[in-house]
Amino acid sequence: MSAHEHRLNLLWLQSGGCGGCSMSLLGAEAPSLLTALDGAGIEVLWHPALSAENGTDVLDRFERILRGELVLDILCLEGAVMRGPGGSGLFHVLAGTGRPMAAWLEALAPRARHVLAVGSCAAFGGISSGGGNPTEACGLQYEGDEPGGLLGEAFHSRSGLPVVNVAGCPVHPNWVLETLAQLSLDGLDATALDPLNRPRSYTDHLVHHGCPRNEFYEYKASAEHMSELGCMMEHLGCMGTQAHADCNTRLWNGEGSCLRGGFACINCTRPGFEEPGHVFGLTRKIAGIPVGLPTDMPKAWYVALGSLAKAATPPRLKQNAVADHIVVPPKTGDKT
Amino acid sequence: MSRRVVGPFNRVEGDLEITLDVEGAKVREARVSAPLYRGFEQMLVGRDPSDALVYTPRICGICSVAQSVASARALGMLMGIAAPDNGRLATNLVLANENVADHLTHFYLFFMPDFTDSIYAHAPWHAAAAARFAAVKGAATRAVLPARAEFLRLMGLLAGKWPHSLAIQPGGTTRAVAAQERVRLLALLHGFRGFLEATLFGAELEMVSELDSDAALMAWFAAGDPLRSDFTHFLHIAEALQLARLGQGRGRFMSYGAYDEHDGPLFQGGVWQDGVHSAVPVEAIAEDLSHSWLEYRSTPRHPCDGVTVPAVPDGHGYSWCKAPRLGGQVVEVGALARQMVDGHPLVRDLVARGGANVRSRVIARALEIARVVIAMERWAKELRPGEPFCHHGELPDIAQGAGLVEAARGSLGHWLSVRNGRIHNYQIIAPTTWNFSPRDADGVPGALEQALVGTPVHEGESNPITVQHVVRSFDPCMACTVH
Repeated sequence: MSAHEHRLNLLWLQSGGCGGCSMSLLGAEAPSLLTALDGAGIEVLWHPALSAENGTDVLDRFERILRGELVLDILCLEGAVMRGPGGSGLFHVLAGTGRPMAAWLEALAPRARHVLAVGSCAAFGGISSGGGNPTEACGLQYEGDEPGGLLGEAFHSRSGLPVVNVAGCPVHPNWVLETLAQLSLDGLDATALDPLNRPRSYTDHLVHHGCPRNEFYEYKASAEHMSELGCMMEHLGCMGTQAHADCNTRLWNGEGSCLRGGFACINCTRPGFEEPGHVFGLTRKIAGIPVGLPTDMPKAWYVALGSLAKAATPPRLKQNAVADHIVVPPKTGDKT
Repeated sequence: MSRRVVGPFNRVEGDLEITLDVEGAKVREARVSAPLYRGFEQMLVGRDPSDALVYTPRICGICSVAQSVASARALGMLMGIAAPDNGRLATNLVLANENVADHLTHFYLFFMPDFTDSIYAHAPWHAAAAARFAAVKGAATRAVLPARAEFLRLMGLLAGKWPHSLAIQPGGTTRAVAAQERVRLLALLHGFRGFLEATLFGAELEMVSELDSDAALMAWFAAGDPLRSDFTHFLHIAEALQLARLGQGRGRFMSYGAYDEHDGPLFQGGVWQDGVHSAVPVEAIAEDLSHSWLEYRSTPRHPCDGVTVPAVPDGHGYSWCKAPRLGGQVVEVGALARQMVDGHPLVRDLVARGGANVRSRVIARALEIARVVIAMERWAKELRPGEPFCHHGELPDIAQGAGLVEAARGSLGHWLSVRNGRIHNYQIIAPTTWNFSPRDADGVPGALEQALVGTPVHEGESNPITVQHVVRSFDPCMACTVH
C-alpha cells in the first residue's frame, strides 16, 4: 500500500501524436511504471494503452466528470491538439463520439485539478506542427513559444497552476513520474516551473551537463560525421549546450542518451525544435563560428577560449574525435 | 439489423472506431475507421531529405525504429551506400529489440486483458486469467514491465534511447560497440531469455522455435499444467473459447522479408497465396482512396507517385486511412504473414488447418519472439569491435528511392523522390494501413473488415468482446496508419 491517504486519479488522453511518450513511460525502471504510480498515490482512471475499459464504459466516465459526479485530479494530454481543417477540429474526432477531441479537451480541462501536457506535441505543437502545420496543430496552452494554444494564456486548472508542460520528444519516463509524484505529495507551486511552464526539476539542467564528449568540447576536438567520438557542436548541429534537459545525467533506457548514442541533440524540449531553420545534423555558422553558442556565455569570450583550446588540443583527442572508437588511449603515467 | 459504433477502442496504438452492422447475433458488415489525421506526407515535402530521419520515426512511438530503418534504406538507395557488417548487425539488433518488445507489449498489455472481462466471469478459467492478466493490477502485467524495460536497455546502449533515435543512418549505425559493450549486450539478452523461458513459455526458446505442427504444439501443451506459463495459459483459453474459429482472414499473406543476414533475409520475403510462394510484385502496389477522406480519389496510385491531400470529412468516405492493394487484392501482413511466407512448419500447419485467425496470429507472434531472440544472441556475438559501424555518403540532387522493412505489425514501405536536393514526394504505407484499410473502389473490404464478418455478438453488448479479440489479434498501430 502507498503511504498516501488520498489517492489522485489520472485520466490520460491522446490526440495528434505518435504515442511515443506512453511507450517511453512504459519503459520506466527502478521502479517500473505501475509500481511508481502506486507509490506516488496515483490511480489510473483511464489510459488508452493500459486500461481495460473501451467505448461506452470510457465515455460514461467522461460524462460523469463533466456532470461533476466524478472528481478529476489529473488530466494528461499526449499529442498535439488538432484544430484543422479550417478550425473544425475534424482531423481528430474522438472515436465513438462524433465530437472533435479539441472540444472534449476544452470541456474536461477546467474540471481537472491539474493539467499536464506530456511531450512537446501536447505542450507546444511539436513535430505535429512541423512542415507548415497542415493540421493546425497546437499545444494545450502554447502554440510554439507563444502562449495561447487551445486553452488560452489565462487558463489555470483548479489547482491554480497553468498547464504543466512536461516537454520532450519523447519525454523521459521519470520527467512525468516525478512531476506526478510531486503533485501528489505536496503539490507544485509556480516557482517549480520555468518560464515555459516546464518543470524546473529537469529543465534547470542542460543536455551538455554530463555529456561524455565534454573533454572533446573543451578542446574543440570535433566529430566530422555521426558515429565519431568528438564534439558534435561545431559541425553536426548538436544543441546540447543550449537544450534544457538532464539527459546526460539521468540517462535513457538505463544507459543511453542522444549523445551517447552517437548523434546530436536536437533540443526536443524547446518549442519549435521541429523547425530549427537549418538541416538537422548540420551546424549553421556565420564566418565559421556556430550560430547557436551556449546561451549565457559572451560570444567574444567563447571565440577567444575556443581558439586557445584548439591550439592546445592533445593529439589523442584530435585523433579520437574523428574515430568511432578510442584509437589513442590516455597515456599511462611514468613511474615516479 | 442493428448498428453499433465501438469507440474509443483502447489497448491498440492510436485511435480506432469500428462500425458494426449486426444481424442474427453475428456481424454482417464492419467498417473500420481511423478518426485521426497526422499529415506527415505533407510535412516532409520541401525539406532536406536527411530531415526524414528526424521526422519519420516520430510517426509512431511503438514502431519508431522500423520507421527509421525504412527511411534510412530509402535514403541509402538514393546515396548508393549500404552498411558495413557491424552496422547491419546493430540495425538488426535495434529493430529486433523494438519488434520483440512490441510483441510482448501486445500479448501482455493489449491482448490478454480481454479475457479478464466480466462477461467471462462464469467461465471456469476466468479467475486465474483475471489474477494473471487484469489490466494494471494483474500479476503478469506487473511482471512484464520490468523485464521489458531491462530488455530495452539494448536501446540505451545501441540507439541512445527509445523511441525516436537517430542512430539508424543510411550507411549503418552511429553507435560503435566496444568489446565490453558486446558482452553487456549478451548479458542483457541472457536475462531476457530467462524471463521468456521461465514466464512466457515455460520452455527453452529452441524447443518453441522447433515446434513443427499444431499437433506438436498441443502435445507439448498437454504434457503439463495448462497454466504453467503465460503462453500455455493463452493456449488453454484459446481452446475453451475456440479462438481458432474467430477472425478468419482470406489467406493471402505478404512480407518484405525481415532482418538482413550477410546472404539474404533471416525471414524470407514474398507473397503466399493458395499454397504458392512468389516474390512481392512491389510495382503492383497501389493505394485506393475511394473511401478515404482524401482528395484525388478517382485513380489508385503507386506510392512512388502517390498523393495525400486531406478533404473535409464527409459522407463520402469513412476513414483517414488509404486502401493499399497488391495487384488489386487485399493482403494480410504481420507476424503470421511473415512466418507463413518464410515457411515455418508450425505456422504453415496452423494456417493449413484453420487459416489466419485469432489463435494463429497470437501463436505466430510468440513463435517469432523465440526465433528472433535466438538470432539476436548470434548477431551480438558476430559484432566485431574496432571495425566500422557506419559508412557515409552524399545525397544527390535528383533521385528516387524506396525503403522496405518488416515492422512488428508487418510490411512498412517508404517511397521517396528528391528534386533540387529537396523532398519532392514522400509516401508511406504502414502495416496497419494494409490490415485496417477501408473498402476499395470495387467495394471490397479491407483485411480486418473481412475478418470481422460472421463474428458472433452477444445481445445487448455495446462493445462486443469477440470483436475486441479479432481486432486486437492484428495488433493494430493506428498512429502509423494515419501518418
